[in-house]
Amino acid sequence: MTEENILGTGVEYEKIQYMVIRLGDEHYGIDIKYIDNIVRMQHITRVPKIQNYFKGVINLRGEVIPVMSLRIKMGLPDDEYTNITRIVIIKLESDAAIGILVDEVKEVVTLDETCIDKVAYDSKDERTNYITGVGKNNGGLISLLDMHLIIGEKEPS
Amino acid sequence: MDVSQYLEIFIDETKEHIQSLSDQLMILEQEPDNEDCINEIFRAAHSLKGMAGTMGYKRMQNLTHDMENVFTEVRNGNMKVKSNLIDVLFQGLDALEQYLTSIQETSDEGTNDNENIIKALNQILEEELGGGDGKAAAPAAAPAAEAAPAAEAPAAAPAADGGKWDQIKLDESQASVLSAAAAQGQNVYGITVYIQESCILKAARAFLVFKAIEEMGEVVVSNPSSQDIEDEKFEFDFSMYVISAEPIDKLIAAAKSVSEIENVVGQAVDTSKFAAAEDTGEEPAPEAESKEETKPAPAAAGAKTEAKSGDSKQAAAAAGGAAPKKTGKPVANRTVRVDIEKLDDLMNLVSELIIAKNSLVSATTSVAEGEKNQAVNEQIEYLESVTTNLHESVMKVRMVPIESVVQKFPRMIRDLQKKLDKKMELYMSGEETELDRTVVDEIGDPLMHLLRNSADHGLEPNDVRVERGKPEVGSIILNAYQDGNNVVIEVQDDGNGIDVEKVKAKAIERGTITADQAAVMSDKEIIDLLFLPSFSTAKQVTDVSGRGVGLDVVKSKIEALGGDVSVKTTLGEGSTFTIRLPLTLAIIQSLMVEVGGEKYAIALGSIDTIEDIPASAVKLVQAKEVMQLRGNVIPLVRLADVLDTESLKDPNENLVVVVVKKGDSQAGVVVDNLIGQQEIVIKSLGKYINGSKIISGATVLGDGEVALIVDANVLL
Repeated sequence: MTEENILGTGVEYEKIQYMVIRLGDEHYGIDIKYIDNIVRMQHITRVPKIQNYFKGVINLRGEVIPVMSLRIKMGLPDDEYTNITRIVIIKLESDAAIGILVDEVKEVVTLDETCIDKVAYDSKDERTNYITGVGKNNGGLISLLDMHLIIGEKEPS
Repeated sequence: MDVSQYLEIFIDETKEHIQSLSDQLMILEQEPDNEDCINEIFRAAHSLKGMAGTMGYKRMQNLTHDMENVFTEVRNGNMKVKSNLIDVLFQGLDALEQYLTSIQETSDEGTNDNENIIKALNQILEEELGGGDGKAAAPAAAPAAEAAPAAEAPAAAPAADGGKWDQIKLDESQASVLSAAAAQGQNVYGITVYIQESCILKAARAFLVFKAIEEMGEVVVSNPSSQDIEDEKFEFDFSMYVISAEPIDKLIAAAKSVSEIENVVGQAVDTSKFAAAEDTGEEPAPEAESKEETKPAPAAAGAKTEAKSGDSKQAAAAAGGAAPKKTGKPVANRTVRVDIEKLDDLMNLVSELIIAKNSLVSATTSVAEGEKNQAVNEQIEYLESVTTNLHESVMKVRMVPIESVVQKFPRMIRDLQKKLDKKMELYMSGEETELDRTVVDEIGDPLMHLLRNSADHGLEPNDVRVERGKPEVGSIILNAYQDGNNVVIEVQDDGNGIDVEKVKAKAIERGTITADQAAVMSDKEIIDLLFLPSFSTAKQVTDVSGRGVGLDVVKSKIEALGGDVSVKTTLGEGSTFTIRLPLTLAIIQSLMVEVGGEKYAIALGSIDTIEDIPASAVKLVQAKEVMQLRGNVIPLVRLADVLDTESLKDPNENLVVVVVKKGDSQAGVVVDNLIGQQEIVIKSLGKYINGSKIISGATVLGDGEVALIVDANVLL
């Protein structure tokens, strides 16, 4: 009986790879299939009169790509650029690329459904609006980001 | 035989024919006796019918067939062109266009039979051909043409009795297929099809025969081969062996139902002789014979049609129909149809090349003066001229005349004339003016809006015009020309013009502006209100325009293309809408400027002059900064303020002012420094960033940095 459970009796859990990034003290996970590239911090050209969570645009191999501050979008204090600040280039399906500023890129983890808990929706906390679940990995907790909501036009209510 | 490979050509050619029909019908309406015109129409309709038939679009073929019948009568002088006929013919054209759109989207013609149009056509035919006997003659006319050869057929049949299928040489596998089919109780038939010698689309007819027969059975082998038939490498007959469960009569009837088929002969064959042939393994005589027959065929075919064309009027028409096709071929060889996406790719590569060239330029200029290598400099200059020329060439390839867009307008005005019950005339000039393909595709709708606007709101009703001492027939003028790096398209009418007071009253009534604001606004500012969303001054909402959408849509569409639209009007005399579009979309010459330590590009096309003025020359008018330039007072815009940054310049220093223009208005844009002129590749900021109207795009500089492009039009 116990052995059968371990073998999963034919139930195959979906495994998803996440890129773990750090913002402040918290760790977040981005589904790896959306990640196109990770580049070092570079000069960001400011674009006047745009949404506050956009830092501006960068040149990535001849393409002009907008860069978003994940911190501002999630209601955290503004970014401080360091040596380990990275721009994660995200591509959602066929959509155009977009860069996301993170404090640090940590590692890639593989999570299956059993390690992911759903989170309770809290309208007061802006962060929970963008989170699909919390993953457990080696005792640490990773908030899994919903990239469609973060990048999408929809403003948090 | 697969027709899908011809689909694209079919669509292109059908479009051309429909357009030519439309143009000629317009002329015909004015000059009902113009014979050239009638002939041209007949030819176009005939080709259309042929092509639709070839492709198996039966509904389209039927409709064109009935239209062609009408043209035949007109051409033979049996009936006169009247307005109601033209109306029905135009409806027919619209229906053809619908078929075409449907074919383009789904490669199927749809299920609309357009019976009412066909009925209307036949009715006119009946009426025109006169009274009682016309009634009988009209429907009879069409079958008669087809019946005549059919009547001849029995006469011809005995001569060809027996058919030519025994000349087909069977290889082993084909023979065994036939024998096997016979053994299984299937019928094996030999069929020979004779096509009328006046037929100009033999391959197409043959294809239809094949299609009809294949619906009931399997064609095992044919002579000539299906490839040769497809290439029209045969005379006026072809033979085949068919396996079918149906009786032979049915097959023959099906093949005969294809038009321009003279006769079909067929009978069941005894498969035992195939077995015999299989045994002996050779059949030399028929082979030699068939070779002899097929080889001279293409040459003879040409000669025969020509010889025959002298005889009968019908054949002359057929030859006429074929003639444009023949002359069309060498022309086609000189041009190449290219997918616009391939051109886009090419354009992107050129853009990248220019960026790379710019980096090279900036890399060498950063090297200290003494170390500069003369040879490197020369080569870079050479590279610059090559890339500029390359860019120009690619641009030229992408340029198409606006003709393709404007040629549908005469027809539209004609329809509007009837709908609005106003007499008007459209004059067009500059149709040959070229624009980037992507722009041309987009300007159709805005132009249509403007023309409708002129026809509906601009022009007064005819009686009012006469009262005012204007010519009864209103005129609308569409004029296009190139002006430097821009293309200008003007839509002008000699109607009533825009009543500024009415617009003002309406704007106040709608709460767009207050009465106080209205009092200080210039006429031009008031007229610009028309371009605001949901602002329509039409007293009556008509089917044509006046739903409150229109001018704002025109404006946003044109602005999306990087252009702008303005209007000049004189009450009682008419108005002119002017659309100004950039010649190119992707690469422009720009002036690089510096503001608050950041670099910005301003399109050279919008810059008038550059001035250096002392800080004391700046004056205040109504709390706004202005400067005087050669007697004109122009407003000053501090770019640093607009772009939310701080000028790094000492406020007491002289100001660097870039004077930008749009139409007649000017503004002085104050910047910190000028960097210089540069060719830049315009990149979009992407769909995620919005709200920054003043920034029209970005570009990558030689050093890899991104610079933003300031849209000077927004500053005015």
